[in-house]
Formats: sequence, C-alpha cells, structure tokens
Amino acid sequence: MPASNPSRSLWDRHAILEKNSILLVLGILIAISIGGLVEVVPLFYLKSTIEKVDGVRPKTPLELAGFDIYVREGCYLCHSQMIRALRDEVERYGHYSLAAESMYDHPFQWGSKRNGPDLARIGGKYSDDWHRDHLRNPRALVPASIMPSYAFLEETPLDASHIAANMKTLAMTGVPYTQEMIDKAQDDLKAQGTADDPNVAGLQARYPKAIARDLGADNHALSEADAVIAYLQTLGTQIDFKLYDNKANIR
Amino acid sequence: MALTVSPAKSFRFGELVLAAVLGVLTLLTAFIALNAWTPAYAFHMVLICFASAFGIFAIYQRYKVRDADPPPQTIDNRPNYNFGPVKFSTIAAVIWGIAGFTVGLIIALELAFPELNVSRWTNFGRLRPLHTSAVIFAFGGNVLLATTLYIVQRTSRARLAGDLAPWFVVLGYNLFIVIAGTGYLLGITHSKEYAEPEWYADILLVAVWLTYFTVFIGTLMKRAEPHIYVANWFFLAFIVTIAVLVLGNNAAIPVSIFSSKSYVIWSGVQDAMIQWWYGHNAVGFYLTASFLGMMYYFIPKRAERPVYSYRLSIIHFWALIFIYIWAGPHHLHYTALPDWAQTLGMTFSIILWMPSWGGMINGMLTLSGAWDKLRTDPVLRMLVVSIAFYGMSTFEGPLMSVKVVNSLSHYTDWGIGHVHSGSLGWVGYISFGALYCIVPWLWNRKGLYSLKLVNWHFWISTIGIVFYISSMWVAGIMQGLMWRAYTSLGFLEYSFIETVEAMHPMYVIRAFGGFLYLTGALIMAYNLYMTIASPDSEAVPEARPAAGPRLAAAE
Repeated sequence: MPASNPSRSLWDRHAILEKNSILLVLGILIAISIGGLVEVVPLFYLKSTIEKVDGVRPKTPLELAGFDIYVREGCYLCHSQMIRALRDEVERYGHYSLAAESMYDHPFQWGSKRNGPDLARIGGKYSDDWHRDHLRNPRALVPASIMPSYAFLEETPLDASHIAANMKTLAMTGVPYTQEMIDKAQDDLKAQGTADDPNVAGLQARYPKAIARDLGADNHALSEADAVIAYLQTLGTQIDFKLYDNKANIR
Repeated sequence: MALTVSPAKSFRFGELVLAAVLGVLTLLTAFIALNAWTPAYAFHMVLICFASAFGIFAIYQRYKVRDADPPPQTIDNRPNYNFGPVKFSTIAAVIWGIAGFTVGLIIALELAFPELNVSRWTNFGRLRPLHTSAVIFAFGGNVLLATTLYIVQRTSRARLAGDLAPWFVVLGYNLFIVIAGTGYLLGITHSKEYAEPEWYADILLVAVWLTYFTVFIGTLMKRAEPHIYVANWFFLAFIVTIAVLVLGNNAAIPVSIFSSKSYVIWSGVQDAMIQWWYGHNAVGFYLTASFLGMMYYFIPKRAERPVYSYRLSIIHFWALIFIYIWAGPHHLHYTALPDWAQTLGMTFSIILWMPSWGGMINGMLTLSGAWDKLRTDPVLRMLVVSIAFYGMSTFEGPLMSVKVVNSLSHYTDWGIGHVHSGSLGWVGYISFGALYCIVPWLWNRKGLYSLKLVNWHFWISTIGIVFYISSMWVAGIMQGLMWRAYTSLGFLEYSFIETVEAMHPMYVIRAFGGFLYLTGALIMAYNLYMTIASPDSEAVPEARPAAGPRLAAAE
C-alpha cells in the first residue's frame, strides 16, 4: 500500500519495524521504559518523597508476626491503610497518612478498596478484648458487619520460630533491624505479649513506645490473634501528631 | 527415571536438556519438601516434584511414539502447523473460565451474606485473589496462549518454533496457575494485588515466560510473510512488557529456600508506585494490548473484511504502549505519593483515552460493509459488542482518573464496576468470540454445534453484565457520597457501617448478574464440548478462509 509512494514517508520507514522482529522488540522496550523510569526512579532519590518524621520505627517481632498474618489472610483486600488528605477522611479516621508511616512495610498495605473501614490509625482506638471478640465474631459487636469470622486465629498457636530469619531478610531490604534486635527476637516476642515480663525494658529500649501487656485473657501461649492484635494496636500510633510539624519539610 | 535409548532413533538435544533440568528439579524439590518449614510449602514442592517427574515420563513416552525425524515444516507446500499446545490451552481456558467465574460468584455472595465465610481456606480474603488470578491469569492467560500461538503461526505461515518448548510453555504456565491458586487458599501470598504468587511460583513463571517469548519471536523469524502482522505487534508488546513488569514488581528476597515466605524489596511509597505501575499495566498489556491483538485477527477474519485503517493501527499501537505505562499513579490520588507523580498519572490517563478509542474505531469500522452479519452471526456480534465495552470502559477509566472524580470513586465499588465492564464485557466477550472461532478451526469442524446456543450465551451474559455494572455504579457512587456526607451541624452524617448496610441490595443484584454471566459461560462450555465431540456439526457459513491469511493488512 504505502510502497507505491515515490517519496519515503514516515509510513514507509515504519515498515522497517514491521519486517524486523528484533528492531520491533527494541522499539517496544524503549516505548515502555520511559514512563516507568520517569515516575519510579525519582521516588528513590528525591528527599521530599519520604519526609523525615520522629517516632517511626521497625515492627517488633510480635508485630511483624501479626503483619505476616495480616498479609496471609488478605486483610488488605478490604481494609486500606491510607488516609487521603480529604476533609471527610481526616475527620473519620484521623490525620492523613504520611509516607514515612509505611516505609518499613514490605510490601505496602495501602489497599485499593474499602469493604471495611481504613485501618491506618486503628491502633489504640479499641481495647485488646474488643479486637479479640471482633476477630472471633465480627457480627457479635457490629451486627451489620460483612467481615468473615477469624475465630481460627485465636485457636491457632503462634508459630514464630522463624521470626528472626524473617527479620534478617527484612534487614537485607533496608529495614534497620540491628543484630541485637535479631538476636533478642524470641525474648522480645515473649515480652510483648506477657504480663510483667522481665524483658519489657529491653524491648521498649529497642522499640520505643512498644505496647507490652498480657495480650491473652490469662498467661496462655500466644495465639495468632494476639500477634494480629499487637500489630493492629500499633497502627498509626508511632507519630505524635501533637508534636508533628507539617511545615517542617516545605521548601 | 532412567532413560533407555532405542537404537532406531536417538534423543534430540532439547529432549535431553529438558529431561536433565526436570531431573534436577525433581530431586531438588523432593529435598526441599522433606525440609520445608510449613506443610503448605511442602505440598507445593511435592506438586512441582511430581510435575517434573511426569515431564520426564512424558518426554520418554513421546519419544517412543514419535518419528525419528523432526516434524516437517511444510506438507505439500503448506505450513505444517503445530496446534497441539493450542488445543490444550483452548480447553484449559474454558475450564479455568468456569472455575474463575464460579469463585467470583462465591465471593460476591460472601459480601452479600457474610455467614458464607465458613472456613479459613474459603474466607473472602483468600478467595478474592483466587478469583482475580483465575479469571485474569488462568482464563485470560490460556486464551492468550491459545490465540497467540495460533495467530502467530497462521499470520507467519510458519510452524511454531521449538519442539518441546511450546508444550513447556502451556504446561508450565498451567502448573504455575495451580501453584498460585492453591497457594492463596493455603495462605501463601505476596499481598501485591494481581501479583500475589510467592517467589518460587514467580521463578517458574519467569522461566515459562522467557520460553514463551523465545517461541513467539522464533516463529516470527521463521515467517514466510514479509511483514509482521499487526496482531503480532500487540502480542510482542504484551509478552515483553509483562516480563519487565513481573520482574520489577516481584523483586523479593526469600527468607529461606525451605520457606514459602519472601519479602518484597520495595516498601511503602515506592512499593505503592511500583505496584500500580505493574497493576495498571497488567490491565494495559495483559488485558488490553494482547486482546487488541486478538481483535485484529478475529474481527477481520469473522467479518471477512480487511482492517479498517492500517495507519491508524500503527499510530494507536505506539501511542497505546507508550502512554499506558504512565497511567499507574491514578490509583494513588491524594495518598502519600508525591503530587507530581499523581498529576503525571492523571494527565497521561486522560491522554490514553485517544489511543484507546483509536483501537476501538479501527475495530468497529472493520465491520464497514459487513454490518448485516451482526444479524446472522452471533459470534461476530459478541466480538463487536466486546469492542463497544472496550470503548465504554476506556472512556470511564480516564474519567475516574481525574482527581476530583477519583476522590469520590476510589476505595468504592465504582472501581469494581469499572473493572468488570472491562473484563466481563471487553476481555470476556472477545475471548468467548475467539473461542467460538478457534474451536471449529482447530478440530476441523464445519462450524459450531449450535449458533442458537451462542445467541443464548450472548443475551444471558449481556443481561448479567448490565445487572453487574449498574449495581456497582449505584453502590460505588452511593457509598462515596455517604462517606463524605455532612449534617447541617457539620458532622459526618453516616458511620462507616451504615454505608455498608446500604450496599446490601446492590451486592445481591451484583451476585445475580455474576450468576447470569456464569450461566452463559456454562452454555458456551457445553456448546464447545459438543462441537468437539460431534463431527457432524450444524453447518454454518464458512468463516474459515482458504490457505493464506488474506486479511494481512500489513500488505
């Protein structure tokens, strides 16, 4: 069709790509690389991407175990952890989420759909017992809830035998777990979920403001539900917004 | 496992290499299974172990019955096409489609009636990734394997490259699907939407995908046609881009070779950006570019008309693949992602409307002069309606990417409705149309078992889609408005749970729509089964062209 044209138009030149599969692949690679490079790469070096905020720390071993269960059960499919900077969201859920608050989440749990409410600032809003009852049977506390029952979490003993290995892997990805934190993982895990554990001071020195209390009704072995509750109770509580200065990073 | 060599013929190099690789894999996975940290992971290793051992057995069985010489490239000057793997994927697509739609119906019912969440393995949180993966990667993926491997042969007039490689691709891909799907039920997941499979499943996928690319481009290089047909550009862009996206988004460090757990190396805001760079282009390339390639083959073929505009196909191809990549950040409006990235994402999403409609126009107007066929050929009607849905959802998408609209629509069921108008209407219908075309061609039948049943399928599922997307529009917009409603005193008017309660009727209607869609697919499965099973099918107007691909617009 265009071949009958005496002067070589752009359409003719395009025929080179139509006749050479390797050139076509190269053309495709160039076309699809530009957008991704422009949008992704600067996020790793622009300082404004993640502003520095006091208080954000890596998860304790028990919180990490809870996070892994949160991931395993697909909680992110119904609960976002990202409060948008919109008036109604801030009034409903609390201060809009900062990038720093999810900087140690591998992977991020911002979510994309709210079948249930946002959880970015759920920490401290309800008691441990409320969470335990709610996980067991959501409709016992919220009659219209459509959340599945997670009763099996409290019936399943927490298997955290490999939590130190998990922390070591996360340290490789850049989470600032020290060797001490990894070595003391089992102690810290136990300290956080047991009443009056002697290691609490050490735990809270390594992980400032970590909650440490008897997460069970009595001193039973920790269950998966306990780990999830420890994780939920820390969500959104690390930054003290009474002290947070949202102008500090404006340049 | 020992391989005995028959004196009459010898093993080919490829057979030996693949058997050796599978042998190593058998031993390795058996070793890992014995030392695995969790039973679920051990189960997966046993699965791969058995699959590898079966692979070696299959290679040996095939060796016993095959000829000493490789299959001829041509017979009587006509290409000797390799349709075995195509047939496998065609059947797999139908089976996975039914499975995926069924799981979709189950989770729709779980949202309407939460008591249906009866066990940890079938809770919404574990079934939802099973649904998305089953419909996108199992159903869509097998449709794509079948159609790409079919079309690349027909339009290149060449036999598929590779001897065992095409089989490795289709079988390996379906093994990946089984591992991914059972993994979700057992709680093995990355938690990255549409990229949930863990590290070892990802390794298998990458191996399969690179082989797929090699087979595809190897076939293109053998082509007897001077030009690469336009459908194949789209397929190539799909294969290449998905490889890049999967490698980027799934970069992870396993905790141990004995553990299914790994941690993605990205975190927080960068991970969010990379996830939606992946996620939106999984839509753009897995569910759009590739299915546009199918459009460029099946619509001209079925309508017996050339592609409307060759130049439009060039423009919209390059514009589509260049612009799509930028659109990801529109999933992250008003979040902690920097504003500049959000604005870029929105801008390019709006621009994307144009190449999308370029493709729609090119497909629609291919019908010029053949519109009357819509009355008589329900398969063509299905194909054309799929383009109409494509046009609709690619208008809705840019609209929803506008920040103010997104502030209402995001996190609500409007998004679910949008995705399903694209997937049920566009991807589903073009796939059904393609299956209706390709099954009689592959099994040498005059036509389908029953065109009447195609008609029933078309109308039942169309009504299903209407129920589905209209209920989700209402649900999404209603919930978005309720979340931001204020009383006259300046307080939020509704608690979250009140908005959930208000959705119940919509969820029931949605589930009904999904039920209709599943019913339509079951009718299709029966029709296709009967087409294959009964040689004396009802005759239809010959839709299959003679030898060469006359429609090649590239000429």
